Amino acid sequence: MLEFSPSDYSAILLSVRVAVSATLVSLPPAFAVAYAMTFKRFRGMLALDVLVNLPLTLPPVVIGYILLMLLGQNGWLGKWVLQPLGIQLIFTWKAAVIATAVVGFPLMVRAIRTSMEMIDRNLVYAARTLGAGWFDSIFTVIVPLSVRGLIAGSILMFARGLGEFGATIIVAGNIPGVTRTIPLAIYDYVSSPKGDAMAMALCLISVILSVAVLIVHEWISRRMTSRRA
Amino acid sequence: MELHVSARKQLGTFRLEADFTVDGSRTGVFGPSGSGKSTLLNLVAGLGVPDSGRISLGGETLFDSRSGVHVAPEHRRIGMIFQHAQLFPHLSVHSNLYYGYKRCHPAHRKIRPDAVIDVLQIGHLLKRGVANLSGGEKQRVAIGRAILSNPRLLLMDEPLSAIDASLKFQIIAYLKDTCAVFNIPYVFISHTLLEMRVMADRVLTVEDGCACRLVTAEDLARGATKDAGGYINLLRLASPARAGDVHAYQWGDRHLFIADTGEPPSTLFELPARDVILFKKHPEVISARNVFSATVVKTFDMGVRQGVELQCGSERLIAEVTKKAARQMEIREGAEVHAAIKALSFRPLG
Repeated sequence: MLEFSPSDYSAILLSVRVAVSATLVSLPPAFAVAYAMTFKRFRGMLALDVLVNLPLTLPPVVIGYILLMLLGQNGWLGKWVLQPLGIQLIFTWKAAVIATAVVGFPLMVRAIRTSMEMIDRNLVYAARTLGAGWFDSIFTVIVPLSVRGLIAGSILMFARGLGEFGATIIVAGNIPGVTRTIPLAIYDYVSSPKGDAMAMALCLISVILSVAVLIVHEWISRRMTSRRA
Repeated sequence: MELHVSARKQLGTFRLEADFTVDGSRTGVFGPSGSGKSTLLNLVAGLGVPDSGRISLGGETLFDSRSGVHVAPEHRRIGMIFQHAQLFPHLSVHSNLYYGYKRCHPAHRKIRPDAVIDVLQIGHLLKRGVANLSGGEKQRVAIGRAILSNPRLLLMDEPLSAIDASLKFQIIAYLKDTCAVFNIPYVFISHTLLEMRVMADRVLTVEDGCACRLVTAEDLARGATKDAGGYINLLRLASPARAGDVHAYQWGDRHLFIADTGEPPSTLFELPARDVILFKKHPEVISARNVFSATVVKTFDMGVRQGVELQCGSERLIAEVTKKAARQMEIREGAEVHAAIKALSFRPLG
């Protein structure tokens, strides 16, 4: 019987923690971007569209490297914003969260947009003429009607987060117990002699987590369908 | 409640120009599809912003491009009923109805929810979701929702166009009743002349993006006869009594005999003006069931035909004859004629 070492357990926990954090951190901005792109017309819409979708087409390693250049000690954000505030991101688990969030962001925005585009604009108008302010109409009409997209987007982001490798290894490194997530641990086991069994075991954990996530998603959407009918 | 609009709005290649003041409780906005009616209503509701101009309601400025005033739609207290009911699909009928009521300042809550639910007969629907309501039920809930927000003015953007023809007059009755009972002035949009005549007294006509001309609904009906199938008389009749195979309806101080259509006795009937036959002398024997004397009040031009407005006792009726017939019969103001109408010529509307 295989025994997971403490660092394996921490890799599993860290993977979940990073994926959950990245999902929660991304939800508000992803909602805002999806809202702007669905309901607003503004200059620079195409630029925003390209920027948001760029992580989908770029190799994750490139994203990691760009983040490193931005957030690192000599990076533009790192030097002028993070350092004066005493914030150290690179090679911490927070960097893994940022890397995961950036890589999964386009998936989340797409999922939310898909459900937002089905909302009749007149429903928002109806809410406004009934006395609801802009914020009020967003929280009582748009959020509840795009909840499917919010859930689907969260699931996608979470699942993508569990598997994030390329960007994470560059900005967060592969420090056991600190930034080593399941994929990084598997990579280590595969590249070390006699590590195959442990790599398989962690792969199995990945599969179990992914299946669980998909089942939860299916369960939620079935419940929502039956409730609406 | 006086509504004043003088505003311009450019939308792509389409340009809307509006300049009017209405001061009635039953105003219509009439024009073909794409003429800018909905755009105009959106400007009044605050859902669109004019490029320039001024909009005021009851003396309060809602929009003024010069002083930079633009009151947000939620602060205008102008309700709106849409073409499709636009009920919130994630809320129950009850929550839909109370959406506006809850957001209405307590000082303005003059209309009681149970009274509205009563008038619209939607009490049995309250706990239901909105997805499985029928089209007519949806529109009734939408009317209730708008009324319960206690608006100063109610805008209706073709609220009947998505409803089955058989239900139209039922919904019209609900619309008119609720607005009358709760004393809410309204602006009603439609491209259907009949709806306009039933719902509105004064009508703003919109053509090619120009909303400037105000007429009465009756003038609109007489003016629009050239292209349509002629003028249609609308008769509101009450208290029918059975008289053999027909119904006898009270019409002013006379009776009109109308064929039994098998449907429940109606109150509103259509009568095409061309179905009213005029005689110089009383026709002794005729198959038409309605024959009565009348005085010509006015004649007016209807393209190839002549419109003849008749005074029949206390009521008025429009007949349509060819110009040649009018000359031969010497129809002019003050002339005495006899009118005959078949019992089958009346079409019940509901």
